[in-house]
Amino acid sequence: MNWKQYTVALLLTNGVMALLVYIIFRFQSLLGFNPNSNKAMEPSLAFNAAISFITNTNLQHYSGEWGLSYLSQMAAITFLMFTSAATGFAAATAFIRGIAGKKIPGNFFVDLVRTITRILIPFSVVVTLLLVSQGVPQTLTPNQTVTTIQGNLQDIPLGPVASLESIKHLGTNGGGFFGSNSSHPFENPTPLSNLIEMLSMMAIPGALVYAFGLTLKNRKQGWAIFASMAMLFLMSLSLAYYAEKSGNPALTNIGLNQSMGNMEGKEVRFGIANSALFTTITTAFTTGSVNNMHDSLTPLGGLVPLWQMMLNVIFGGEGVGLMNMLMYAILAVFLCGLMVGRTPEFLGKKIEGKEIKLIALVILIHPFIILVPSAISLLTKQGLAGITNPGFHGLSQVLYEFTSSAANNGSGFEGLIDNTLFWNISTGLVMFLGRYISIIALLAVAASLASKKPIPVGPGTFRTDNALFTVILVVVVLIVGALTFFPALALGPIAEHLTLGH
Amino acid sequence: MSNDRRKGFITKEILRDSIKESFVKLNPKYMIKNPVMFIVEVGTFITLFLTIFPNAFGETGSNLHLYNGIVFFILFVTVLFANFAEAVAEGRGKAQAESLKKTRKDTKAKLIDKNGNIKIINASETKKGDIVLVEAGDLIPNDGEVIEGLASVDESAITGESAPVLKEAGGDFSSVTGGTKVVSDWLKIRITATPGESFLDKMINLVEGASRLKTPNEIALTMILVSLTMIFLIVVVTLYPLAKYVGITIPVSTLIALLVCLIPTTIGGLLSAIGIAGMDRVTRFNVIAMSGKAVEACGDVNTLILDKTGTITYGNRLAAEFIPVGKHTEKEITRFALISSLKDETPEGRSTIELANKLGVQVNADEYKDAEFIEFTAQSRMSGVDLKNGTKIRKGAADAIKKFVMDLGGKIPDDLDKVTTKIAGIGGTPLAVSVDKDIIGVIYLKDTVKPGLVERFERLREMGIKTIMCTGDNPLTAATIAKEAGVDEFIAEAKPEDKIEAIKREQAEGKLVAMTGDGTNDAPALAQADVGLAMNSGTTAAKEAANMIDLDSDPTKILEVVEIGKQLLITRGALTTFSIANDVAKYFAIIPAIFSIAIPQMNVMNIMRLATPQSAILSALIFNAIIIPALIPIAMRGVKYRPMKAEALFTRNILIYGLGGMIVPFIGIKVIDMLINPILKVLNLG
Repeated sequence: MNWKQYTVALLLTNGVMALLVYIIFRFQSLLGFNPNSNKAMEPSLAFNAAISFITNTNLQHYSGEWGLSYLSQMAAITFLMFTSAATGFAAATAFIRGIAGKKIPGNFFVDLVRTITRILIPFSVVVTLLLVSQGVPQTLTPNQTVTTIQGNLQDIPLGPVASLESIKHLGTNGGGFFGSNSSHPFENPTPLSNLIEMLSMMAIPGALVYAFGLTLKNRKQGWAIFASMAMLFLMSLSLAYYAEKSGNPALTNIGLNQSMGNMEGKEVRFGIANSALFTTITTAFTTGSVNNMHDSLTPLGGLVPLWQMMLNVIFGGEGVGLMNMLMYAILAVFLCGLMVGRTPEFLGKKIEGKEIKLIALVILIHPFIILVPSAISLLTKQGLAGITNPGFHGLSQVLYEFTSSAANNGSGFEGLIDNTLFWNISTGLVMFLGRYISIIALLAVAASLASKKPIPVGPGTFRTDNALFTVILVVVVLIVGALTFFPALALGPIAEHLTLGH
Repeated sequence: MSNDRRKGFITKEILRDSIKESFVKLNPKYMIKNPVMFIVEVGTFITLFLTIFPNAFGETGSNLHLYNGIVFFILFVTVLFANFAEAVAEGRGKAQAESLKKTRKDTKAKLIDKNGNIKIINASETKKGDIVLVEAGDLIPNDGEVIEGLASVDESAITGESAPVLKEAGGDFSSVTGGTKVVSDWLKIRITATPGESFLDKMINLVEGASRLKTPNEIALTMILVSLTMIFLIVVVTLYPLAKYVGITIPVSTLIALLVCLIPTTIGGLLSAIGIAGMDRVTRFNVIAMSGKAVEACGDVNTLILDKTGTITYGNRLAAEFIPVGKHTEKEITRFALISSLKDETPEGRSTIELANKLGVQVNADEYKDAEFIEFTAQSRMSGVDLKNGTKIRKGAADAIKKFVMDLGGKIPDDLDKVTTKIAGIGGTPLAVSVDKDIIGVIYLKDTVKPGLVERFERLREMGIKTIMCTGDNPLTAATIAKEAGVDEFIAEAKPEDKIEAIKREQAEGKLVAMTGDGTNDAPALAQADVGLAMNSGTTAAKEAANMIDLDSDPTKILEVVEIGKQLLITRGALTTFSIANDVAKYFAIIPAIFSIAIPQMNVMNIMRLATPQSAILSALIFNAIIIPALIPIAMRGVKYRPMKAEALFTRNILIYGLGGMIVPFIGIKVIDMLINPILKVLNLG
């Protein structure tokens, strides 16, 4: 396959799968494996859900236990959790091959199938069994109705949870079996299952950075990129933990003890540390599963997932995070590399107009699909209707929804009434653009770089595999990526933080 | 011209013209070529409108007229500053072009028609193929080839070098340039250029910047700057509804101020000036670059192919040692070498006398007044003197002397071959000296490496640039000079094709190659090389094939040109980095200022403790404007450049321009705030 064929194969395969899944959602009531007799999805929700899962976003405007049949959970959701992760993986491997100087990207179908059969399935089996050992259900029996101690009737939702849960994290998908996602005791029953899920999210995107160094035959280069990501990750984690541990000053003011930190929306079995860590990981690795309600985070605690998704480079979801970070690396080289007195080169390839044009598009598209839809939502009645907490927090809710969509993260700030035509269509489009424009453009960058004659690396070359470059990369990400969103963040979480308790 | 370099970068005339130009360039048709500054200009128009109609967008507030007026004024000045930077850069080239243009005016040509009659016509009427006569005192009317005659030509109008150069028909000194002056004798010249396309015309166009095209790297950088500008445009435009939602109405002029502060106006305003100034620096070095791309390519050069003779060594073989052979003593050989050279005016001969004198051997020249001097010929390959008493003293190529001595019935000393082989082995040329049928010793002639080159090649190596020496010498000689000069590789017994081969081989490895050349047979190699620097004294073919021409015809200059290329790229990178790093401080000035009226707690982000929101916004805006002229000197002169390893160079620059770019605006904005706040108070703003 050449680069064009590879890209077309990727897009067509994704298109066919999305259509298939859309049909399943629309007709799930008739297709069997529906012991709970859930109804068919309405078109805008099915559109949103299909795009959400094919783009590895897993934004859910429905609750699985009442909105999906078991067939949909398995044949649509779990199916796409494998293929969308493998697609991102394939795109990233092709991209890596390109910048490593391989003339052809390989074969998309081989990459897709191998990723699934050699990585995702074996790991999923192991993780599934580990989760089952912790008490996560894996069954086809319908929801159970039980009589509680108080004598009320309660439905206990069941299903093939563990198998979904494993790939949900391994594939950085994030869509929960249940509406409350990984905070639900059947999805994430114990601190150990919590640890397994966190490690599952980190394993593949983290390993991919190392694989990048291996492919280049320059492990230091892999580590330099890894270190940049890790630095940003640690900044985020410290802030999230600090903010949550500090608790809510508004509650302190009315005399409530906040010594445990901000426990609103958190599971007691996880506590502050495990919740802050999970939140940071799930938005850094753009999984989107949650073990606590992000809407209930303190303003600064909520800022962390928001800004990590705005950057979309801190390890990131399957492949895409690395691609984005390498794009920033190229940008950093282009902006600063001139200072060694040579025209910019990255990994022995000249960075010229063609690549820069594509990269300019990618860095432009991310703020565009976050800020413009957010502004539109705040200007329209349909958009405003979804906001449950007007004011700074409402602004954060809207920003979060589009940021999560654009970064293909999928975690929800929740609190937003999002299963409406407006939100289904707008976030659907944002997820679509956020996923494919950058994949297409970055594959084109790789194709262009692959076709170039490599330049020998010598003492006059700008080194990109040392600590200095790691720092520069972080600074470029912060200036170009984060400052773009600074005004919006100032009006949302920062303003909320500053006014809280006053 | 070298004096020029020491002069300030701006003269009164340039200053006056540039100020005028800054206003002319306000024309939006021109501004759109620089998208970043065009956005600023649009912002300027909007604020002008808001100055006149402050309530047009439904904003209310006291003193809006005045506030919008001040914002308008600062924006207007920002645009002017950017235009000024470009105008100054162009102005310096223009001044140089003016002086060149003067030489072009009022030239007459003596056209020789078919019948051999001379007709006086205007130089501008000469056509390609015309034959003209140029006599002492005449200006050469147009570029051409000498077909007859020999004359010295003063090329100072172009090169600034006052010593006249010799021009003659045939060979590598046959090309003449229009506008230069014949100072002695006469020449018949066949015109090779059509009027308006002569070398002088091309030069004028180049230095004027009229034919300047943006280089690929400049285009790519512009693209990133436009992309950043669009991002910030999105940020600012969406900020209005976002803020409105939480109950804050941001005045449009403030939004424009925020936008202008965030978009990369500093580098946007200086980018073209940096490029023009880079070419100008090359010109000041008396090298004409045919395009900005050529200068940029210099920075990227990986390999330099240098001719040995003229570039690395002086080319003249000078006596370095006298070595006796047979039973003879050093004193004897020194003495006879000296006598043999008394009437020898060649550099070899003169250096022999000098060396002998230095060694304390003197002879009374009068004693040999009547001696007959035997000149060197290609056939005999030796020279010498026949003394009055019949003694024949000869010096020359060892085999020629051997034959001469044997013909006289002499014997060849056993150690002669050993000595000559040894000298050849270390790159020298042995000259055997004989007195009648006796060979008494050898003069060791040595090619001398130009001073300072060893260090420069060392520096080049540090910068990752490989040097390849080309020479017609045998491999042994070549190896010795190569070792002495410290070049990385050499090509001995090189033919012109070998140079092209070497260039292609390097290019196949992805390297960029630079070379110098002068002769016609260098033309293909000059064309093949990524950077080809032709000597002005060289042939027209060589000059046309090259992408740079050195007016002083000093091949060593390629080293400086490479450094200028690097300096140009570093300057562009440094100011880009500086400009973008500035944004951090501007954010911390403006964001709290915008929001703190509605959200007083926002003032904790006002880490510079700026006095009032108005003062903060205006200070950031003023800083943003004055940083452009403040950086013009750096853009013009280029950032300080010392050849060193990329890593060290980068670390140094990133600290100055990256870290500095973050810190400087914090200080600058704070200082401006302290200065303007009292004034704003008086004006009742804030």
